[in-house]
This record gives sequence, structure tokens and C-alpha cells, in this order.
Amino acid sequence: MRHLILSLALSLWALPLAAFETEELVQFPAENETVELRVISTADTELFAPFITAFQAQNPGISISYYVVSSSEIMVALAEEGAPFDLAISSAMDLQVKLSNDGLAQPFSSDQTQALPPWARWHDQVFAFTQEPATIVLSRAAFEGLPLPRTRQELIALLRDNPDRFAGRIGTYDVRSSGLGYLFATQDGRTSETFWRLAEVMGGLQTQLYCCSSDMIEDVAAGRIAVAYNVLGSYAQAREDLHDAIYIIAPEDFTTVMLRTVLIPDSAEYPVEAGRFIDHLIQSSWLGADGAFAYPGITPDGLSGNASLRPITLGPGLLVYLDRLKRRQFLREWEAAMVQPE
Amino acid sequence: MRLAFGTRPSIRRRLTLQLLTSAAILAVVLFLIVSSFARQIGAESQDRILSASVASILDAVSVASGEVTVDIPYSAFTMLDNANDDRVFYRILQDGAVLTGYDDLPETTPGFATLPYRNETLRVVTATRRLSVDGAPIEIAVTVGQTRDAQAETLQRISRMAVYLGLGFFAASAVLAVLAGQVTAGSLRRLAGSVSRRGPQDLRPVEAEMPSEMQPLVRSLNSLIARLSTALNRTEDFIAEAAHRVRTPLATVRAHAENTLRRVDKEENRHSLREMIRAIDESSRAAGQLLDHAMVALRADHLELEPVDLNALTGELVDRLRPVAELKDMDIRFDEGQTGAIMGDAILIQNAVRNLLDNAIKYAPSETQIKVSTDIDGAVVRLTIRDEGIGFPQADATPLTGRFARGENASGVVGSGLGLTIADEVARAHGGHLEMHNNCGGPGACVTLSFPLR
Repeated sequence: MRHLILSLALSLWALPLAAFETEELVQFPAENETVELRVISTADTELFAPFITAFQAQNPGISISYYVVSSSEIMVALAEEGAPFDLAISSAMDLQVKLSNDGLAQPFSSDQTQALPPWARWHDQVFAFTQEPATIVLSRAAFEGLPLPRTRQELIALLRDNPDRFAGRIGTYDVRSSGLGYLFATQDGRTSETFWRLAEVMGGLQTQLYCCSSDMIEDVAAGRIAVAYNVLGSYAQAREDLHDAIYIIAPEDFTTVMLRTVLIPDSAEYPVEAGRFIDHLIQSSWLGADGAFAYPGITPDGLSGNASLRPITLGPGLLVYLDRLKRRQFLREWEAAMVQPE
Repeated sequence: MRLAFGTRPSIRRRLTLQLLTSAAILAVVLFLIVSSFARQIGAESQDRILSASVASILDAVSVASGEVTVDIPYSAFTMLDNANDDRVFYRILQDGAVLTGYDDLPETTPGFATLPYRNETLRVVTATRRLSVDGAPIEIAVTVGQTRDAQAETLQRISRMAVYLGLGFFAASAVLAVLAGQVTAGSLRRLAGSVSRRGPQDLRPVEAEMPSEMQPLVRSLNSLIARLSTALNRTEDFIAEAAHRVRTPLATVRAHAENTLRRVDKEENRHSLREMIRAIDESSRAAGQLLDHAMVALRADHLELEPVDLNALTGELVDRLRPVAELKDMDIRFDEGQTGAIMGDAILIQNAVRNLLDNAIKYAPSETQIKVSTDIDGAVVRLTIRDEGIGFPQADATPLTGRFARGENASGVVGSGLGLTIADEVARAHGGHLEMHNNCGGPGACVTLSFPLR
């Protein structure tokens, strides 16, 4: 009996450490290590590694453990389990804002953060360092002989007119499990009714549901699907090896732009070094004219140059779709449209 | 600061200090009012937005197939967004049970409240709405709360502005206070100036423009001056009357004494009688001069100006006094120079010249010469009388113009000490002056009476 209690206690104690799901853990060791920064992030390692190596070149002695997780797992790790992380980097802006709003982030202020435009920071806790559009990725092979859709309306028309060609060959985020997919979908739904019509059409054509942008891009390139809706444009741009097989379309009716954000969780052990990393991120993305970084930085021209770009505003509005009832209702509608019986 | 005996701190300082104190108090009051007003307005505007947010959420509550759903509008929270990125918390209760939102928010009652929550101060608004689910009434309570960073910052900004406002108000008031002090002290100074600038004989009432508060002071000053003037006049009248009353009997006494002198042969008695006549002369002369002086004082106040020919006037006097001088074997010579017409009171000028000639005849020794001359020097007409007598005791003879002042070397000569006073007063009354020197070169006196040329 005593053994049983002991093992139960042990497993309960061990539970929080293992509870959130890590997709990948990459170590960036440093010689003469003095500080180990623990970074929890949704960004794919290959894309984010240049930021880290450049940071380590300027700040010797700091090793970095890079945990790649899904955006909802960041919430689980920080809000529910209080796991110690020095930085949280996520594409799910709503969850980042919620972390800050709920008091799970530390304030940080520096010359770099003050230089950010007001819309690129929130509460001196959440800082945006990239702006990444949600795009439509098309298979070149599947669209042979067809005009390329430039807007959602044109995409709807194409899908309706060619059900045979596209049935079962459309992909998008499973918004029930992907935080970024949910953010894109809710913002689309908020911006225009077209989204729901598109969802109806996609649902009728047995749309495949994905966890991640990279999987969708690869499947489009491989020809397994013809259309991937709401794919991170930055990821698609980065896969230059696949550009022969895909088109990347930024819808002209409106293109939702996500700001990738970083914050320092209140559980951080090295907030000073974490702050330095944020400065580095902001500086790299603002100054990143050398093309060494995968993410397009925040530049004033980037937004004003294109009227159809709709950046998601950092702010309490993002909390609305995280509401239990609101989310339940949205998912119900989404499922009704997207997951239709064959 | 040391104050002279009986002196209170200056009105200007006291007034300025009082005004500054009240300005400082007003500035502080102004600051407090503006601050509290700002606090109130800030709280009210936040309350209004929170209320709007709550109302929009309450609006979005609906019942679908026996289940309560709340479709929170996106704007319910975006309207709370502000430059300070205040944190937002909310909760929706159905009959006291949490439907959605932050379930650890403190209990609230409908209305506004300020609560501590997660180490911050939260302004919350709660409102309720009744619904019917399958015929059973339920109550939905929506609470929306927000941190108050933006309000605090606005308050801070307005407070800073209120500080500047208070300081500015105080500075402006300080300048005005100093000015007010100066103006007040200025009118007092003007009064003092207008009183102290006037000449010794000037007993006219003060007529300077004065603030109404100072009118009583001016009135009592004027009444004092009037009484003083009356008293002075009365004194002068009395002296003149007394001198007049004394002179006539003196003349009778002198005539009798002279008659007696002619009849008396004994040398002792003759000497006594001569002494007696001498004393009578002295008294009579003094009485005459007192009369002269009283007249001069009277006429000087109300000068009757007319063209006066100084040469004719002097010539006549010289002729009249020549017999007196010849009694002492003295010779009076009058060198008539070129004189313009002067405006003056002939009687007064005659009086002055006669007294000066009298002095010269009296103080100069026998068998000497008295030289009288007139001339023009620039815009001034001068009458100079030189004798070969004992002169003035010291270089500066000005004190001799005082009433009854006599030179130290003048004892043994009959005199009242009023002659120079009369001449001086006449000269002054005409805007001229009397100069006295010891004779240019010689031992005698040199007296110059000068009048401005009209």
C-alpha cells in the first residue's frame, strides 16, 4: 500500500514535467556555458536557427535549449504547469496576449522595444518581431489549364466549378488542435462572410485537416492535395526547393497578417538574458536587410504598401475568441461547415 | 530687519505678503480641484466604456434549444483597448454559477467597484439580465474589469499640468501682488512727496489726486494745515498789532525825552537821556521791522505783481535816506545801471531795499561811503549794496537771514536782526535770492538782491 502511494506521488510529481507535448528539442550548446536559456516556441527549428546562432555569436556563454511545440502546448506548459521557460515565441497571438493579460509574462523595456510601433507591442510584455501573411498555396500541376484564383471568391468559384478535380484534395488547418489555425480562421470569419462560404464549399469537398503549415506545403508540392488554405506564407517562401511545384497566393480581397510574438514568462530564470534575446530578435527583424533571416521583418512600408494586408491587432480583442462559449460556438459552426459527412 | 522706534513693517511688504499668501493658497486649491476633477472624469470615462462593454456582452446572451449561449462581440473587448494596454478580465455567471470567463474574479454586486485582483487594482462593472429558459427564469450577470494604468497615466499627466497651472497662477499673482503693493505705496509716496516738496511758507491745502481710501487722511491733513495757517496768521496779526500799539507811545516818549534833553544842562542827566533815546530808537525800529516783516509775510502769500522800475524805486529810497546817512557823515552813491522791468510787488521790494540800506547806514562807520548799483546779469536783475563797515563775521552769512539772528560782531549797534530776513523773504517771494559776501577786496559787506527778469 505504502509503495503504491509513493509511486503515485512520484508519478504525480513527474507528471507536470512531461505533460506538455514537445515535438522537438534542439540544444544549441555554448562553450564555457554560464546561462542556459530555455526557449519554448512554435517556429520550426530550421527557420529559427539563424536567429539563435547569430545571438550566440554576439553573446558567448549562453546555451539555448529550443523546444518546438504547438501553440496550444505553450499555454499548457506555462499556464497550467508553470514550467520554467525564459522565452515563449508563438504565432498564436491570441494565446500570447492571454498569457500577458493573465499575468503570466514579465514586463520588459529597452531602447529596441520602445522603438517598436505601438501596434507591435502590448503591455510592454508581448513584442512582435515578424509579420507573416496567411496565404493560399496551390499545386502547379493541379492548376494546369485553370486560371489562378486571386481572391477567395475566385477560389470558391473554381472549387464549385471543378468538384471532381478538387474533391479530397483541399487542405487547411484543423482549428480544433492548431492555435494558429484557430487564430486565422476566427480572424477570417471576423473580417468577411466569404470565409464561411468558402468553408461550406471546402467542407463539401472533403477537406483534409492538418496540424501544421509545413505538412500542407509538402503535401501540395508532392501533389497529394491541390489547394492549401491559410498556409503561413513565410514557410512557403522559405521552401525554395518546392517553388517549382507550388504557387503562393496572397488573397487580394484581404490577407490576414499574423505577427509572430515573443514574451518572457514569469517563470523565467534568466530574464536579463531573455531580454537581450528579444532585443536581438527585434533588431534582426528591423534591420534584416541582409536576407539572412527567414521571417520578413516589421517595416512601416510592409504594411502601408499593400491595402489588402490586414494585420491582426495585438490587444484584448484577441481574448474574445478564447472565451469558452465563444470557442465552442465557433468550433460548432466550423465543424458543421468543414466536416461534412460524405 | 531692524525697525526704527514706533515703525511698523511697510504697507507694501505687508500687502505683497498677504497677496502672495492668498495666491499660494488659491494655487494649491486650484491644483487640488483640477486633480480631483481629473480623477473623477478619468474614472467616469473608464466606467462608461466598461458599462458599454458589459451592455454589449449582455446583448449577446441568447437561449438556443434550452441552453444559454453568449456570443461575446469582438468589439466588447477591442473598445477597452488603449495606449497603456490595460489588462481585461471578465466573467459571466448564470444564477451564480460561472458560465465562462475568469472564475477567480472576486464576488461583485451589480454596479461599479474597485477591487484588488492578481496584484493589480481592477475597476469592474457588473450588470445583470433576466432570461427565461424553458419557462424558468434565470439571471445572467456579466462582469468586466480592467486595470487602471491608462487612467493613472492620464491622471498623472493632468496632475503635472495642474502643477504647472498652479505655479503659473502663483507666478502671475506674485507679479500682480508686487505691482499692487507698489501702486498702493506709490500713492502714499505721492502724498508724502507733495507735502514735503512745498516751500516753508506754503500752507495751501493738498490737492493731489488720491485714492478714495486716502481722502480722510488728506482731509485731516488739510484741516491741520488750515488750522496751522490760521494760528500763524493770528500770531503775525498779533505781533503787528502789538508793534503798532507800542510804536505810537514810543514816539511820544521820544519827543518828550528830546525836549527834556534840550532843557537839561547837567552832563550826567544828558547822558542818561541820550541812552534813553537810543533805547527808544532801538525799540521803535524793532517794532517797525516787526511790522515790515508781518507785512512781507502777509503780502508774500498773495503777491500783487506789477511792473516795477528798480532804478526809480532805489533812487527815491537813496534820496530819502541820504539825510539819515549825512547825520553820520556818510555818503550814498547810486550808480544806475541798465535794468529791465521786473514784475513784483513794489511795496515789498521797497521794504527790502530800505532794510538793506538801513543796515548799511547802521553798521558802517561814520565818514565812509555806501555804493549802490544796479545791473543785469543774464536773466537776473541785481541790486548790489557795498559798504565799508565791519562786514559779516564769516564767509557764509546765510544764517543771518534767520529771524532775530545777528552777527557776532554786531553788538553795540542798535538792531533787531530782522532786516536781512525781510530782504531774503522778499527776494524768495519773487523767485530771486539774497547773496551776502564780505566786500569784494575791502572789509565791508556786499549784499546782492537779485530778481528774475520778466
